[in-house]
Amino acid sequence: MRSIETFMRHHPWSWSFVAAFLTWAATAAYISGTGGLALASTALSFSTFFVMVGIGQMFVITLGPGNVDLSIPSTITLSAVVSMMVMDGSNAMIVPGFLAAILVGTLVGLFNYGLIRVLSIPPIIATMSSSFLVQSSAIALGRGVKIKPPAALEWVATAKLTGVPVLSLGVIALAVCMAILLNRTVYGRSVTAFGQNTRAAGLAGVPIERIRYLTYSLSAVLAAICGVFLAGFSGGSSLNMGEEYLLASIAVVVIGGSSIAGGNSNVPGIFGSALFLFLLVAMLNTFGAAAGLRLILTGLIIVGVVTFAGGRAENR
Amino acid sequence: MTTETASPLISLGGIQKVFGAVQALSGVDLQIHAGECLGLVGHNGAGKSTLMNILAGTLEASEGSLTIAGTGLGKGYLVQDAGRLGVRCVFQELSLCPNLTVAENTRIIHPVLKGFGWRKRAGLLIMKQLDQVFPGHGVSASDVIGDLSISKRQMVEIARAFTVTDTDIRLVILDEPTSSLDSRVADQLLNYVNQVTGQGVSVILISHLLGEILQVSDRIAVMKDGRVVACRNAADFDRVSLVEAMGSTVVAGAAPRRGEENSATIGEERIHMRPSGQPDDQSIRAQAGEVVGFAGLAGQGQTEALLSVFEGHGVLPSGARGAGCCFIAGDRQVDGVLPLWSIRKNIGISSLGRMRSGMLIQSERELELAEAWKERIGIRAPDVEAPILSLSGGNQQKVLFARALGSAAEIVLMDDPMRGVDVGTKNEVYTIIRQEASQGRTFLWYTTEMEELDYCDRVYVFRDGIVSETLTGSDITEENVLQASFKQVSGAA
Repeated sequence: MRSIETFMRHHPWSWSFVAAFLTWAATAAYISGTGGLALASTALSFSTFFVMVGIGQMFVITLGPGNVDLSIPSTITLSAVVSMMVMDGSNAMIVPGFLAAILVGTLVGLFNYGLIRVLSIPPIIATMSSSFLVQSSAIALGRGVKIKPPAALEWVATAKLTGVPVLSLGVIALAVCMAILLNRTVYGRSVTAFGQNTRAAGLAGVPIERIRYLTYSLSAVLAAICGVFLAGFSGGSSLNMGEEYLLASIAVVVIGGSSIAGGNSNVPGIFGSALFLFLLVAMLNTFGAAAGLRLILTGLIIVGVVTFAGGRAENR
Repeated sequence: MTTETASPLISLGGIQKVFGAVQALSGVDLQIHAGECLGLVGHNGAGKSTLMNILAGTLEASEGSLTIAGTGLGKGYLVQDAGRLGVRCVFQELSLCPNLTVAENTRIIHPVLKGFGWRKRAGLLIMKQLDQVFPGHGVSASDVIGDLSISKRQMVEIARAFTVTDTDIRLVILDEPTSSLDSRVADQLLNYVNQVTGQGVSVILISHLLGEILQVSDRIAVMKDGRVVACRNAADFDRVSLVEAMGSTVVAGAAPRRGEENSATIGEERIHMRPSGQPDDQSIRAQAGEVVGFAGLAGQGQTEALLSVFEGHGVLPSGARGAGCCFIAGDRQVDGVLPLWSIRKNIGISSLGRMRSGMLIQSERELELAEAWKERIGIRAPDVEAPILSLSGGNQQKVLFARALGSAAEIVLMDDPMRGVDVGTKNEVYTIIRQEASQGRTFLWYTTEMEELDYCDRVYVFRDGIVSETLTGSDITEENVLQASFKQVSGAA
């Protein structure tokens, strides 16, 4: 018992998995029968998208106070619109479509960084204002026409192997790579140093500006990739498809045990909290709670987690 | 001035403090009398700062009794109580709020300044005190703390501790107050300490500069391993006996002579830079194997010159970027420490490139590097996985030395890095600097301590952001440096 407690104290991400499991168990018990397994499978499907954008957001938040990427939703939308137009429902055009999406992400990242660097705008304002531009581009390009995704893309985004979504396997692999990127590479170390004390990191030889650029680009590219799969998953692009990912991308980072003050993050927690967020909504739906109550509870849980995590940090 | 017959102002009995597994204080007994200056010395990690934190109410003692002015204070003694009893503390890690002005920071410890015009009154109060302690300080009440140099911040913090509104001050604790001050300003402070102790205020002075301690203290207490090991009248100590009491062997002031025998190791030119606005033809040069000093009063552009070299200005061959330079911060909380990390990661950050194999950092190599430097520079910690913030200030500074010297950089920039470092360690670090220089590294060393210039091959004295004088060899004397510190440079070129 003691060792479990110690483990959880040293690995703050484990809380999110416990919470996800408890929420799942409560819901599964309520609906009884085989519904529980189906619920778990659906949770894996939906959480996949949270994880993709959450990881990008996590790297940005690790950079420290004031660093947050608010352009994720509009990047998802623009990339979905552009890639669906390029693919135009043809399997042969999937690769060019992906490349176009990645180009969109790269450009958004560059633009965000440019605003922060050249105009010295605080990141939160810079990414917010760029999100308006990106969203407008999506509206202008898409004109509200829904283009169906190619069949192969749709299959990848929705297929399940004995109940396990194919895409979630891909995202687990992505998460493993990103955890290695954060913990074992020079880039990851640099990001973490940046978030603790930017000036000290610079004087210790960390190339501050390059790290900032790479991080905002990484976030935008992951959002762009998420946009393509989301379009494949939901039968095409739509102009409000990114909406729910603004709060969700930040929430999964915070609930996952990463420090909102930067410099201390982890990848597994994003997975746990993405599952938890989806299951929480599912549970409240099953119990027949109204939409308003659902939002209130989600908000309360985030406040609770931040308070709890902050309290522990002080006791160090 | 010792008043052994009167009952002491403050009496500490059997004070113990435990941090997790570390026993920081193991039973300290100490008395402070009214109107005396008590010098407190000891190595880094001896427990001086911990003891003072307990006295100031910022830490709670695990065990022991504390009596101030006849009031017994047990558990639950807080900073507010300390304030009410007239105990003020100037901490080693400065405690001013960087986003507030000088006047606003003064108001923080004086809640009676309220109502309309409090800012003005607080400003007047602090300016009066600054003028009294540090005449010619050059600080204004509306300056934002974050914009001031570390020496000015230290001056404000010290002056603030001496300001009086509704409660009289009884005791002021000065923890390493002169570590960022140049010798002229430090003298002003020491004179002021003499003056206030004459008026009945007690002062505890912590310093690694034994000369200072011997000069102003009435009594000196020596701490070692969380205990007071000696406490006698200052007149009974001299430099040698003091160092011995601290428990290290006496190192005779034998600085490896600069010049002649080192000239063999000096190699190609590494730095050639002119400070912007330099009116004459003096320029800063440094070759491989040289130790070059930056002197002058504090805050005359020495740090800025180091930073500009760090960014690659004047580094030869031209076009070589800052990658060849490493920087050892003096203002370690702002410029050095990565607070969430262990000692190992704090040392490794400047050597990440070398510890890779393929894309990944090999933590065994990092561990090796950290262990080697922990040993070489004597970082006092159970192991290198301990968080850096668990170390005392001086030991954190050693980690920064290890970070820089452990990197591959050929040019080492030092921004008055010996703040809060004890005598024994200093001598070890001086030796390491000499060794590293003889292997071809170049050191640019800004220092506010005159003795450290003895280790330099050449010294540039700064005044108003430019070089006012270049001194070499036997011309590097305290007198010449002081003279050049006040010299106005005119456009002779």
